[in-house]
Amino acid sequence: MNMLIHQLRYDQKAFWRNPASVFFTVMFPVILFLILAVVFSGEDVDVRGGIDATTYYVPAIMSLAIISATMQTLAMTLVIAREDGRLKRGRGTPMPSWVFIAGRIGNSIVVALMMLILLAAIGALFGADVPWDRLPAILLTLVIGAASFCCLGIALTAAIPSQDAAAAIVNALLLPLYFLSGVFIPEDQLPDGVIAFADLFPVRHFFDAFFDAYVPAGGSAVSWDNLAIVALWGAAGLVLAIRYFRWTPRSG
Amino acid sequence: MSYGATEAVRGIDLDVHRGEVFAFLGPNGAGKTTTVEILEGYRRRSGGEVTVLGEDPQRAGREWRERIGIVLQSGRLDPYLTVRESLDLYAGYFRKPRPTEDVIALIGLEGKAEERAGRLSGGQQRRLDVGMALVGDPELLFLDEPTTGFDPSARRQAWDVIAGLRDLGKTVFLTTHYMDEAQRLADRVTIIAAGRIVARGTPQDLGERESGETTIRYRAAGEEVVLQTQTPVQTLHELTAKALANGEPLEGLEVTRPSLEDVYLELTDRANGAVEQEVSQP
Repeated sequence: MNMLIHQLRYDQKAFWRNPASVFFTVMFPVILFLILAVVFSGEDVDVRGGIDATTYYVPAIMSLAIISATMQTLAMTLVIAREDGRLKRGRGTPMPSWVFIAGRIGNSIVVALMMLILLAAIGALFGADVPWDRLPAILLTLVIGAASFCCLGIALTAAIPSQDAAAAIVNALLLPLYFLSGVFIPEDQLPDGVIAFADLFPVRHFFDAFFDAYVPAGGSAVSWDNLAIVALWGAAGLVLAIRYFRWTPRSG
Repeated sequence: MSYGATEAVRGIDLDVHRGEVFAFLGPNGAGKTTTVEILEGYRRRSGGEVTVLGEDPQRAGREWRERIGIVLQSGRLDPYLTVRESLDLYAGYFRKPRPTEDVIALIGLEGKAEERAGRLSGGQQRRLDVGMALVGDPELLFLDEPTTGFDPSARRQAWDVIAGLRDLGKTVFLTTHYMDEAQRLADRVTIIAAGRIVARGTPQDLGERESGETTIRYRAAGEEVVLQTQTPVQTLHELTAKALANGEPLEGLEVTRPSLEDVYLELTDRANGAVEQEVSQP
């Protein structure tokens, strides 16, 4: 356990000093939120009996930020560490493998929590209320989602052959799903059938669950059915990760 | 005392003694890394017996890993952690780590302790890489081609670090394809080529083993003269006596014995040739 905290401390240092992580995981969602909040300010989104756009985009961009801090960050940094031989070197020490993996997952969840706070604060500046009474539901949804997307990110590394391919593969998977799931374009403006298609993938279910937790208007706070589907995806990811994750570089 | 005897690649037998620097020398693709990865516990073998520090690396656990250090052939470091942080991170993995200050001094990076790994030169990164393997204060250290791609001064610095390890009483298993590296650092050398062991012994033994002929060169009347001899003292005596008597200068006089490099190249060429022959036979 001490070793896990030790590992997490250094993972945090390395994360915050890496300009690519900080930009894509922290700055990018903030910039995206600012753009969407400014462009659509004053407009209403026709979900949950009509809410304003800012209220819609706070949980939407939070969902994106959480997936980015977990699945995207893990898939990319683990592939880079694997191809650099850093995973292999660590394997040659007495450190148990689970400490390393748990450290990275912990790192992702810490960043996801920070993004929740940061985006809630920025959202509040734009008039989106922070739903304090829903905090337990929000945290529960975040932790289940973050853990599941961590598993998916670790599983995805098995499909990424090189450092150069990492960003391309991860973005090719996630960017379309953000669009189709109503993260960028509110779902009332998406053509029929798009959401039904997006429902085949975990991004949409997580967004749905997070929206339920975050937006007080209607619906129960914890969307168990959506969370169950996200957790199933996570479990499938975990099985694949255990089976196919590798510690040694693919190249050379 | 023996660290291990292994039957791997194509029937390789190795014995490494405690406290020695053992060089495993061979050209690229000879099977060095395969063999060393079996010894390190990274790779499973298809047959044979391996014992490293009294345990089978394939089954060895945490206790065993506390006692070994590994420097991989190509291992980069986290570019965003400083030298000190990188070492401290690894120190946390071991029960009794060597103090970070000690390790920094051993690898000669005192002036760079607060520098991020990504900003170090190639040679400095490699020394930090060696440092990462020394953090656990291992009894046995594996170094896989530690100076490949280095400029001469970086190599010299890395060699000083490795030579310092012997003084600490560490056992070092060094793989390299540089003859001069083995010659400079190793107590004993085993040469592998095409997956087979072709020679073993101390660097001096290996040099002498095949050093039948001494070559004498000089120029007489603008023509180069080359003499091969088994008895260099006698030949030289006769040659120089005659030259003195006749007032000939023996321009560019040079006496050479085959270097270890020549021996190495001859042995590995021969082994590769043998394999080609086998392959080409119907």
